[in-house]
Amino acid sequence: MNKMIENMIQGEVKPRPEFKKVLLLGSGALKIGEAGEFDYSGSQALKALKEEGIFTVLINPNIATVQTSEGVADKIYFLPVTPFFVEKVIEKERPDGILLAFGGQTALNCGVALYKSGVLEKYNIQVLGTSVQAIMDTEDRELFVKKLDEINVKTIKSQAVETIEDARQAAKELGYPVIIRAAYALGGLGSGFCDNEEELNKLAEKAFSFSPQVLVEKSLKGWKEIEYEVVRDRYNNCITVCNMENFDPLGIHTGESIVIAPTQTLSNTDCSKLRELAIRIVRHIGIVGECNVQYAYDPESEDYRVIEVNARLSRSSALASKATGYPLAFVAAKIGLGYGLFELKNSVTKVTSAFFEPSIDYVVCKIPRWDLGKFRGVDRELGSSMKSVGEVMSIGRTFEEAIQKGLRMIGQGMHGFVGNKELEIADIDKALREPTDKRIFVISKALRAGYTIEQIYQLTKIDRWFLQKLMNIVRTVQELENLAVNSAEEVCNIDEELLRLAKVQGFSDFQIGRALGLEQIMSTEDAAMTIREWRKKVGVLPVVKQIDTLAAEYPAQTNYLYVTYLGVKHDVHYTGDKKSIIVLGSGAYRIGSSVEFDWCGVQALQTIRQNGYRSVMINYNPETVSTDYDMCDRLYFDELTFERVMDIIELENPHGVIVSTGGQIPNNLAMRLDSQSVNILGTSAKSIDNAEDRDKFSAMLDRIGVDQPEWSALTSMEDVNKFIEKVGFPVLVRPSYVLSGAAMNVCSNQDELERFLKLAANVSKKHPVVISQFIENAKEVEMDAVAQNGEIVAYAISEHIEYAGVHSGDATIQFPPQKLYVETVRRIKRISRQIAKELNISGPFNIQYLAKENDIKVIECNLRASRSFPFVSKVLKINLIDLATKVMLGLPVEKPHKSLFDLDYVGVKASQFSFNRLQKADPVLGVDMASTGEVGCIGEDSPSAVLTAMLSVGHRIPKKNILLSTGAAKHKVEMLGAARLLVEKGYKLYATGGTSRFLTENGVENTMVYWPSEEGQPQALEMLHRKEIDMVVNIPKNLTSGELSNGYKVRRAAIDLNIPLITNVRLASAYINAFCTMDVDNIAIKSWDEY
Amino acid sequence: MHHNTNASLRLANGAVFKGKSFGCETSVKGEVVFNTAMTGYPEILTDPSCFGKLLVFTYPLIGNYGVPIEEIKERISTFFESEKIHACGVVISDYSFEYSHWNAVKSLSAWLKEQSIPAIYGVDTREITRIIREEGVMDGTLVVEGAEEMVVSVDSVNAVDVVSCKEVVRHGEGKKKLVLVDCGVKHDLIRALLRYDVQITQVPWNYDFSQLEYDGIMISNGPSAPHACEETIAHVKCALRQDKPIMGIGLGHQILCMADGASVVKLKYGHHGHNQPVRMVNGSRCFITDQNHEYAVDAATLSEDWVSLLVNMNDNTNEGVCHKTKPFISVQFQPQLAEEGSTDTSFLLDEFMGML
Repeated sequence: MNKMIENMIQGEVKPRPEFKKVLLLGSGALKIGEAGEFDYSGSQALKALKEEGIFTVLINPNIATVQTSEGVADKIYFLPVTPFFVEKVIEKERPDGILLAFGGQTALNCGVALYKSGVLEKYNIQVLGTSVQAIMDTEDRELFVKKLDEINVKTIKSQAVETIEDARQAAKELGYPVIIRAAYALGGLGSGFCDNEEELNKLAEKAFSFSPQVLVEKSLKGWKEIEYEVVRDRYNNCITVCNMENFDPLGIHTGESIVIAPTQTLSNTDCSKLRELAIRIVRHIGIVGECNVQYAYDPESEDYRVIEVNARLSRSSALASKATGYPLAFVAAKIGLGYGLFELKNSVTKVTSAFFEPSIDYVVCKIPRWDLGKFRGVDRELGSSMKSVGEVMSIGRTFEEAIQKGLRMIGQGMHGFVGNKELEIADIDKALREPTDKRIFVISKALRAGYTIEQIYQLTKIDRWFLQKLMNIVRTVQELENLAVNSAEEVCNIDEELLRLAKVQGFSDFQIGRALGLEQIMSTEDAAMTIREWRKKVGVLPVVKQIDTLAAEYPAQTNYLYVTYLGVKHDVHYTGDKKSIIVLGSGAYRIGSSVEFDWCGVQALQTIRQNGYRSVMINYNPETVSTDYDMCDRLYFDELTFERVMDIIELENPHGVIVSTGGQIPNNLAMRLDSQSVNILGTSAKSIDNAEDRDKFSAMLDRIGVDQPEWSALTSMEDVNKFIEKVGFPVLVRPSYVLSGAAMNVCSNQDELERFLKLAANVSKKHPVVISQFIENAKEVEMDAVAQNGEIVAYAISEHIEYAGVHSGDATIQFPPQKLYVETVRRIKRISRQIAKELNISGPFNIQYLAKENDIKVIECNLRASRSFPFVSKVLKINLIDLATKVMLGLPVEKPHKSLFDLDYVGVKASQFSFNRLQKADPVLGVDMASTGEVGCIGEDSPSAVLTAMLSVGHRIPKKNILLSTGAAKHKVEMLGAARLLVEKGYKLYATGGTSRFLTENGVENTMVYWPSEEGQPQALEMLHRKEIDMVVNIPKNLTSGELSNGYKVRRAAIDLNIPLITNVRLASAYINAFCTMDVDNIAIKSWDEY
Repeated sequence: MHHNTNASLRLANGAVFKGKSFGCETSVKGEVVFNTAMTGYPEILTDPSCFGKLLVFTYPLIGNYGVPIEEIKERISTFFESEKIHACGVVISDYSFEYSHWNAVKSLSAWLKEQSIPAIYGVDTREITRIIREEGVMDGTLVVEGAEEMVVSVDSVNAVDVVSCKEVVRHGEGKKKLVLVDCGVKHDLIRALLRYDVQITQVPWNYDFSQLEYDGIMISNGPSAPHACEETIAHVKCALRQDKPIMGIGLGHQILCMADGASVVKLKYGHHGHNQPVRMVNGSRCFITDQNHEYAVDAATLSEDWVSLLVNMNDNTNEGVCHKTKPFISVQFQPQLAEEGSTDTSFLLDEFMGML
């Protein structure tokens, strides 16, 4: 018996190792498969280290993140997360520990490389948390399978191969369909399903371009996909924090799936089994920290396969953290430092232990946000590779409530599961069978068209339970529709119980109004308001509930909240003290709005808190820091619709609301909130409207004598033609209230114009479509500023490297400007002052200018923080959002003592593209934004900043061969200097027909290559496939060609074969100039504070 | 819209929650307790420890995967914790009228109706939980509109006597002989024990097992207050004087400790869920455990022969004790966990069975 006690009491609490300085690797620019979740996890890790008094060093070129803000890490390097630069930082900083698990696959791969090359050993750096060996055991497929075989855990039968022939052989043995994936690649890059050998050949070649090892696996399409998030400490204590179930069955990448937490269709036996397996795996691999286990689970038995194990924080772990309130990254960092779970507290209750498994009393839906519409030619079918650019998380106390909220949150004009504009689908069966980004709405259509649950199940393999729940929504909408009312008064006759049911099922007031047919007799907005008024009269009101990790078993000390209709009492006690200030967040990350607005929101919250107000955030993006419950005093993880924001405002009774730090979503709410007498802090809603509405804005510019490109509001084709006769093609066509250039296009001829106008009119009927003169070869200049009562307090002027025509979100931006005339700057300042005064701006704003010679024209003006606010704030080292927030709070602000002219260094913001994820999309830049992220790097001069920034977004300095096709004549001329430089530096140039002739005529040595459509050798495409080209510069001839062309084939091949590609002549010149005139070795390894 | 009968839950503190009926159309009175497990409603409802309880599930979506077949093989239920539902009523937020699972044969609603158990959905279970958390466990009445209240006076019956077996039952033909004192044993425990080389003699709670030939004794879990088990305590007291291995689980833990002379305290709202964290006293090992009880042993009142082994990490109540010299061990939670075995605390069973 004594032995028994001995056995059990073993495991004493050990002393913790001491760390003085720890290096954390970030994930770099946001890209598909690696997005804001790593800002969140890195920020949490840094917070955990800071608490311990450890000096923290961060390497992350993503300047728009919260983790690279002042006070988060002690030292920040805006450098590429590559072994080369990380080693240099290590050499300089000499940390004693390193964290690899908080910066996604980028950090993990970099860490593994440093370990393998002996750098970590050389500098005696300890990897905190999971060992590199354990990481490699999970990353290398063969090792992984072997490892799990040791404990009798089933994995998906797969074969690792290193040649295409072996891949073919493996597929034959396994039997088609098979799945191909590249080893060591993030988010399923270079992976896909093959039904036959032909498809396999194509995919395998691509996969091999990303990794020397490719995996061929038997496909288990149709099985359920389940995930477990597991935490283990060095004492072998394990917990599973959350399990999640994919709505979409196996076959669709988990980043592309709607995900539900906790699992809904698994029994207790199923869950116990998978939990036990997860813990067994995690213990065997030796994870110390956080880990994610993905399963395929047979819908007809308890059979399973382990798909993969991620030995790091992941998108799923960020989601699990937000879904449960359990701070996974924070706890993982503490465990890395040697803490046992029992030594940590649950940060929500503050009294209970961190060793527990959260019990939640709501249901969570994650829905991906795609932007496939922005890419020309892109393949819309979803599969094993990730294409979504962001996600939302919705919370409800019924599944129906959660999913309907979520479908509104993704922000693509949908009102929920029903009540949307009719989708036009030729073949519903096919659309159900072959999933695209629209499939959930196809299900809606199918249910309404009379498909049975069983039929849809057979076509989609989505569990019947989900379909049954969706059917409940359809039944309710049909009941409402059958009631069709003919006047506002009749609304009151409707059964209150039906109204409540609809709300419990997540219907918005708008959806109810539409179903009742109110839109026939009144405006859309009035219809929603009619329902709202009626609802309030009969007492159908939402309640606010807390997310507390323990299903109310213990009182929570934090205010992590959501709104639901299945409840009768608020968890929060509202006192109406007028102390709250609500900041509206930026919603799902998407092209045009991402981490930069999260940064702005977080800065605003901090300033609000510091000034004695209660900071309140409304946002629903699980990848953000602003939705971390300790960033503010009250976090409403909920919708940013007018309805929900008003619900919260009516409860909070705030001092005011900030709409200018969350991008376009809150900005668009300004007028409607104002109409309900909500106190909008800062610039008035009327001014916002005056800037947003092109007509009003233009009239104002005319009034104050400020020039703008000629434009005309389109009302009839006749007017259009008259206008174009005057200004000539090309013209820029766009509706007002645009985001990231959506529905904006350059039209070069009549035909294009007419075709496009049809499309644009669909986008927004309410605001007129505007055509403006498109000025070529003009510089684009940005003014980011803060004003108080119409007077500018602080400002930053930056210039685009590309000429106007490249969307400002895609452009490479230089700050302070290096090539602007003093007179240009002076004029821009003057005009900005005039505009600020005229609109009586109080708060942040951004104006975009065109400058040609010293002729300045205003393109647009946003009375809110812009994408470049974090970049200029950090380069200038003046926090413009802090200033703006103080202005909005009505506090006195002092003008900063320094200006951009005092800076003796240069910041360059470069864009990250994710074309490699977007099969078939043409990787060209235009007026429509295409980049998914950005970096901002600082250098002692422009070339070094350009070089660092370009390397940070994944460019590699070419070794030898460069392929040039430089488009139109004027571009050829512009590229001449760069081409000469390349030859001088010993590069070998290959050029297509026209470019080759032009270079030869100008004495630049080159070898001519042939377009795919031409006969002759060498063929450009073949050279790319043979990996003989190290970089491609391909400048498209015009901005509108959408057809498949030679250029498209070359560009696409470069992307698919992972060869660096540049498609803009100005950027190409700047980059070539940078790497030809300076050596990478000479890039200064300086932290932010050293500039 | 489902047109179900109106129902309400009336708590002893006066609070009324309105919802709809989805079970048997009768009204019932019981002690309102909440359970925070997110899955496992078939198991929880059939756990004898839930006898007489109006069970509130904090997880709002219930009924999703239906109910498996009621199959009893050799007097052990294949999928449940006992032969029938022991809770007297069910309170949830959102009921899944349709279910989906390969192993399900009927809906939760159909099952409840078959077993004459009333149930209500559409109520704010979080608010009910908050009330119980603040004010402690209290009685409540589940009223189905138009139905007469069933007169079930839980107070006057001995719950353990109701749920315990009425005669000696034998399981297994293994080498070691284990006496299982059934105070309301979960069948899961029997299933787990049968994985060892053992023959089990399951005896009623008040059975005098001293006459039996055995290698060890296990005192099972069961409903509510240990004070009602005076007879069991007396029998265990005798057993403690000998040296054969004894293990107490749940209510059995309390009985074992009371047999030593220790006292128990009533917790404000008990531990009911799958996620109760316990830790070795002063050690580094922690376990997630499954619990369903309202009383806790006051470890300070144990005699000096015992050591406190495990403690609840949330409220520091005692979770397990161990005799200093004799092979006696006792835990407040269920050490087994279904089917796959080898979970957090199944090693305790290994240890105990190893001593037989």
